Amino acid sequence: MPEARKTMTNHAVFSFPDECVGFIFGVETGQKRIVTRAIQTCNVKEGDKRRRFQISPLSYMKAEKYALQHGLTLLGIYHSHPLHPAVPSEHDLKQAVPYFSYPIISVTADNIQAIRSWQLGESGEFAEEILEPFEAPTAITSSLAIHTPSIH
Amino acid sequence: MSYIQIPTPLRKFTQNQASFETNAQTVGQSLHELVTQYPDLGKHLHDAAQKLKPFIRVYLGEEDIQYLQAEATPVPENAVISIIPAIAGG
Repeated sequence: MPEARKTMTNHAVFSFPDECVGFIFGVETGQKRIVTRAIQTCNVKEGDKRRRFQISPLSYMKAEKYALQHGLTLLGIYHSHPLHPAVPSEHDLKQAVPYFSYPIISVTADNIQAIRSWQLGESGEFAEEILEPFEAPTAITSSLAIHTPSIH
Repeated sequence: MSYIQIPTPLRKFTQNQASFETNAQTVGQSLHELVTQYPDLGKHLHDAAQKLKPFIRVYLGEEDIQYLQAEATPVPENAVISIIPAIAGG
């Protein structure tokens, strides 16, 4: 998770003030999900990317292929909330896919405020989940993000 | 023979199978075979009128079937059909 966390937080700061988005991969053991990798992708939403994200179908297809090739499971989708809390928006709820984990990164121009992960329950409501204990919020330099692998 | 790739969120309806083999001639027939084999998957792919749900995309190779012949699109030998959930949020 530390590397995956670094990928997500770097991406969130680098993309600010727009929302970033990417995939998380890992393994499931019983009820526990262990995230081993995060890979960024493009936010292809047309219009205001500061409040919306969208992933292209081809990128999604490549992410599923990547998971199969590496013996991993596509566990979910991370995205950032610039200047907003790390809780799902109404739009997140409308678009959410069951099963997936949705880590949300609350980010300012140069700082990570929080990362919290959510999953859609049987009742159609988001419930917070613990993927792994998160470290305290840390300042991240955006220049690191350009070295991160991506799926487009 | 062609193959349908099942997205991770729907694999709980396919006994955790990631791929489904089919000999059907069109994309629609292929999906019908899949749903016949795994009936619980049907309500996640199709609406009451048996049309694909708006949040579901189906690709043949790297082409969206919406821009081919939709569900009547012929399926070549060894083709890969991918079911793709629309991923978005805010």
